[in-house]
This record gives sequence, structure tokens and C-alpha cells, in this order.
Amino acid sequence: MIRGFALVIVALLLIGAGDRRSGYDDASPDTRAMQDDDDANPGFLWVKQGENLWSEPDGKAGKSCVSCHGDATSMRGVATHYPAFDGKRGVPITLEQRINFCRTDHMEAPAFAWDDDRLLALSALVGTQSRGMMLAVEPREPFRSEGAALFNERMGQLNLSCAQCHEERAGQRLGGSRIPQGHANGYPEYRLEWQGMGSLYRRLRNCMVGVRAEPFAPDSRETAALMLYLAVRANGMRIETPAVRP
Amino acid sequence: MVRVLINVPKQVRSGEAFEVKVLISHPMESGQRRDSQGQAIPRDIINHFVCTLDGETVLDAALFPAIAANPFLSFSVVAEKSGTLALTFTDDQGVTQTEMAAINVV
Repeated sequence: MIRGFALVIVALLLIGAGDRRSGYDDASPDTRAMQDDDDANPGFLWVKQGENLWSEPDGKAGKSCVSCHGDATSMRGVATHYPAFDGKRGVPITLEQRINFCRTDHMEAPAFAWDDDRLLALSALVGTQSRGMMLAVEPREPFRSEGAALFNERMGQLNLSCAQCHEERAGQRLGGSRIPQGHANGYPEYRLEWQGMGSLYRRLRNCMVGVRAEPFAPDSRETAALMLYLAVRANGMRIETPAVRP
Repeated sequence: MVRVLINVPKQVRSGEAFEVKVLISHPMESGQRRDSQGQAIPRDIINHFVCTLDGETVLDAALFPAIAANPFLSFSVVAEKSGTLALTFTDDQGVTQTEMAAINVV
């Protein structure tokens, strides 16, 4: 039933999918080449780390990811549904948060910090299992509408909204780089600017600091709503995790 | 232990050049930056990279700052017979690591 519902949503969204551009399409040929070659894509250093962590027991329960999930390939398709609504907590949660709840609830291990490399390694491993599959996130209300409102709301000293850059001015230039449409289809991703891996939250934080706004906290309702809206906005696009971006 | 990804062809032809691709996870701190307290962050880069094939050096590279984090090295090697490729690199902290890859000549 839920799956059928999701398929209808995807079908509806595909109608408008033609003019959407992944950040990949707006990247330079060099950056695209890095993403195209798994041997040259530094994101796979994190995927490899994730493979090691996957079977490493941690916490008081003495469990590893393998204990419940088996091989990491069983995670194929999982990333297409995130952020997913979590009934217990009443908010949509990201894949990284899901991994942390697995740790605290089932492994009895402490949660990783949002920018911990181990968390990024695990989410990169899970994310890459769905590479090439289409995003199919449930547009849960009221979070989607709240996210859409935040996307269009001006913020910070520069008084800019997400939409002003990533919709109205997408394709134009900011300094030397092309402004992408801001689709979240490759996270966690390797960003050359960061010289490292980062989650979607890191990207949002960067944008918010960039317009000189106070960033939303990683576990806030605002972040959850904005991420859900971004995912729904990118529904039907193909997952590129781990993507390489400038 | 830093993470290293090595890619060599599964099989290579005798006397024919093949490509070795190496991706090393390393911060490659240039030594030019300062932290939030204004203190210089000490340089920490991989400064030396050697590749040997059965003990014979096929590449000896000196690396300098201005190479991005997580360096990617790609070079050609010619092998006459099957053997072991050993990739050894040393960083500014004196840490040396060696990774092996089997070369299968057909």
C-alpha cells in the first residue's frame, strides 16, 4: 500500500523531472570525471571505512550492523526513502540520524556527532547501495510545507532565501562557480572545497553561514523540515552517493 | 593506519604498460594555514612515495605542498612476469605505510 503510494508520487514527479539538473550536470568535466571513476572518487575511502565498520561490534549489546542487517548489500534501495518519518519520534529523520538511533536503541552505543567520519562512512556505505536508483521520499505533512516555507524564506544578514539562489538564479555564476539547482541526490558527498566528506546538514550549515544566518541545529525541526522538502523536491532523480562536487 | 585504495588490472600482458591508480586518505595539511586561535597548523603531507615491483623501484616520487587532501596518484608500470607491487609512503610525522598489490602477468 505504502509502496504503491510512493510509486504514484514518483510517477507524478517524473513529469517535471526533465528540466531538473543534478549538481553533476553543472560540475566541471574534471569533477565529473572524478565521480565517474570509482578508483579516483575519494568518497570511496569513506565507503571502504564503512565496510569495515559495518561488521565491527560496538556498544553494550555487543552488536554490529551485520547482527541485524546482514550484508551491506541488503541496504539496496533504503536510501531512496530518506528522510523517512519516524513514528516513535514524530519527525522525519535522515539516514545519519537513523544510523545513530540504531546505535543508541539497538547497539546501546553512544551516538556519533553529526560530522563524525565514522557516521559519514556508514551513511556513504548505505547510500551507495542505492546508487542509480530514484529518490522516492514520502512528502509527509506538515513537514514538507514547513520545509517549503523555509526554502522560500529570506534569512541572515544578506537576507537571501534558498530559492533566490537555487531556483531564481540557478545556472548563473557566483564568483567562479555555477550555482546548482541544489538537489540533494548525492549525499554524503565529497566536496573539493571541504577536502573531505560531508552530509547534507553540513551543506545547509555552509549555506546558512554563507548568508550570515544562525544555522539551524542538526536535530531541530527546521532542519528536518528543510531536508524533507529538499528530498521531495529531488524525488525521481537518481542517487549518486558518494557524489563529487566542486 | 590510513585508508588506501589501489586499483591494478586483474591481468596484464608481459612487456605492456598498465595503469596503477592509488587513492590515499591523508589530510595533506600544507603548513600555510592557521587555526581559530591564530596558531600555525604544522605541515603534514605525504612527502615521499615509492613503488617497487618485486623489489625493483619503478617509481620514486617526492611530494610537496599544494597537493589536495586524499591524493590520487596514477602512473604506468611495465611488468615482464607476475609479481608483487609494493607501495610505500611516508608523511611528515614519520609514519610509513606499505600496501601490496598482486600483478598477474598472462
